[in-house]
Amino acid sequence: MCGIIGVIDRTMSRMDGSHIKRALSLMDERGSGEGAGYVAYGIYPDYADCYAIHVFFDNLLEPKTKVDAILKQWGRIVHQEEIPTYEQPGLKKEHIPWRYFFKPYADLMVGTTNPDDDNVTNLVMKINSEIEGALVFSSGKNLGVFKASGWPEDVANFYRIEDYEGYIWLAHNRYPTNTSGWWGGAHPFNLLDWSVVHNGEITSYGTNRRYVEGHGYQCTMLTDTEVVAYLFDLLGRKHGLPSEMVVEALAPPFWDEIDEMPEKKEEFMKALRLTYGPALMNGPFAIVVATKDGIVGFTDRIKLRPLIVGENGSKLYISSEEAAIRTMDPDVDTIYMPRAGEPVIGRVVE
Amino acid sequence: MAEPLVIDVKGMHYSPLNKQIRAAVASGVKEIVLNNVLGQRFIGNGVRGDAKITINGVPGGDLGMFMSGPECEVFGNAEHAPGNTMDRGSLIIHGSAGDAVAHSMRGGKVFVEGNIGYRGGIHMKEYEGKRPILVIGGTSHAFLGEYMAGGLILVLGIDNEPAVQDRGIGSGIHGGEIVIRGDVDDNLLGVGAKKVEFTDDDLVRLSPVIEEFCGRFDIDPTPFLDTNYSRIIPASARPFAGKYTWE
Repeated sequence: MCGIIGVIDRTMSRMDGSHIKRALSLMDERGSGEGAGYVAYGIYPDYADCYAIHVFFDNLLEPKTKVDAILKQWGRIVHQEEIPTYEQPGLKKEHIPWRYFFKPYADLMVGTTNPDDDNVTNLVMKINSEIEGALVFSSGKNLGVFKASGWPEDVANFYRIEDYEGYIWLAHNRYPTNTSGWWGGAHPFNLLDWSVVHNGEITSYGTNRRYVEGHGYQCTMLTDTEVVAYLFDLLGRKHGLPSEMVVEALAPPFWDEIDEMPEKKEEFMKALRLTYGPALMNGPFAIVVATKDGIVGFTDRIKLRPLIVGENGSKLYISSEEAAIRTMDPDVDTIYMPRAGEPVIGRVVE
Repeated sequence: MAEPLVIDVKGMHYSPLNKQIRAAVASGVKEIVLNNVLGQRFIGNGVRGDAKITINGVPGGDLGMFMSGPECEVFGNAEHAPGNTMDRGSLIIHGSAGDAVAHSMRGGKVFVEGNIGYRGGIHMKEYEGKRPILVIGGTSHAFLGEYMAGGLILVLGIDNEPAVQDRGIGSGIHGGEIVIRGDVDDNLLGVGAKKVEFTDDDLVRLSPVIEEFCGRFDIDPTPFLDTNYSRIIPASARPFAGKYTWE
């Protein structure tokens, strides 16, 4: 199971988190109270040019001292504070959520066209794999993930999610099946601008993981979904593929469908499938991915998980259930179900 | 006639709602109207009797699961698996529905005016006098009638040409029949499914179903009362006989 919902306002007009909290809570039955989370884009306008690094600390002594040191070595901490939280009877505070607003020193990174992003990616991988008691779970600019083990409404109230205003929101209610529920295993998963919510399981996780690890990513969250964030970062940012093409690589048409395509398209799809064979994701899934420029939703090729789309003017909604969309926006005027593997894309218009 | 029981379910959880419905039907209430329905799951689950439940809004998943007798009429869309393992009675949906409509249904009728998602009629079954019927006014996504073991699926394809465009129709079908308006491309047939002619006898047999469906949604049945259908049935009663065991 698991429940997902995402929304974008394509004019970048910002929405507070109260609506998505209600929508996700409507899908409580899709989870088991062991993980829920939210991500919002555009919430830190005062620090829009800094990387907002969200970290779970087990304590503020040893792990935090180490993280402070590594960040100061590679850049400048513009501001830092504990993320405000509010005690909830149904939620046990197992970690201390902290946020840094961070500017990396670009001249420390050579051999890349994107020194800041690569610098931050390396820092995230280093902290998460080497520093015990610290886990970076959000590292993009002007965006933030808020997640914990608990029910959707409890996690939302814990972070007082309605105090944040974003033009993109994704939310997830977790029903862990293959690994146990913990704060780091809650969705969304994030790296830089990429955030992912996912219902289902990636049965090709082993292959996908080996593939991204060959490109310098390290999987540390003990669950399959984080690999999707790294695949999008690798294909979308480093290789520069547009979102539609990333989806075509991760959930490509079947070979017999490719055989039926016009020659040029057939040739292209064959090349894409061969190039990105180890990135192909198998198993049942419905996924919504966000970046600062938009959101994309898609399912596995035989559609073993639900996904429904709603539109109302500048707003595009993607969710597991229609009722969740209507909870957020009772006036939504178009509702439809996309085909299996078909990317549904909402882009900001500037 | 007694006044219907009207419940405003805005913001209500499905547990107290379904308890209330069950208690009402058990006490002899014949008509229930639910207003402002939004996402409440399991409405009408396991209810026995002959009540009429009118649902204004979008009910949550598994509408009418295990239901035996009542009629639920939905003025709105339905989510996943309406009619799941339904035994008797009917669901009339004035809208579209999600995936796995009529999942494992074993009796009664599910009428969907609009479209349905993937795996409609998955593992429908029949036994002696019990023969479930799923009728779709619009179109269906892939794997319609997957692992179907009995019953009837009828797709009229209104405003859709061809009526069904998605693959895997009747994948693993080993009982029952799928009837689709117009021709069906052979490439869309699933493993174990075969297409046969839709005969005059079939039309005589199915005319009452077509007329009843059209009657419920104020559609003129005349254009649908001909033999321009494709009939899809099992190629064999055991399509996977040699797949996991060897004889």
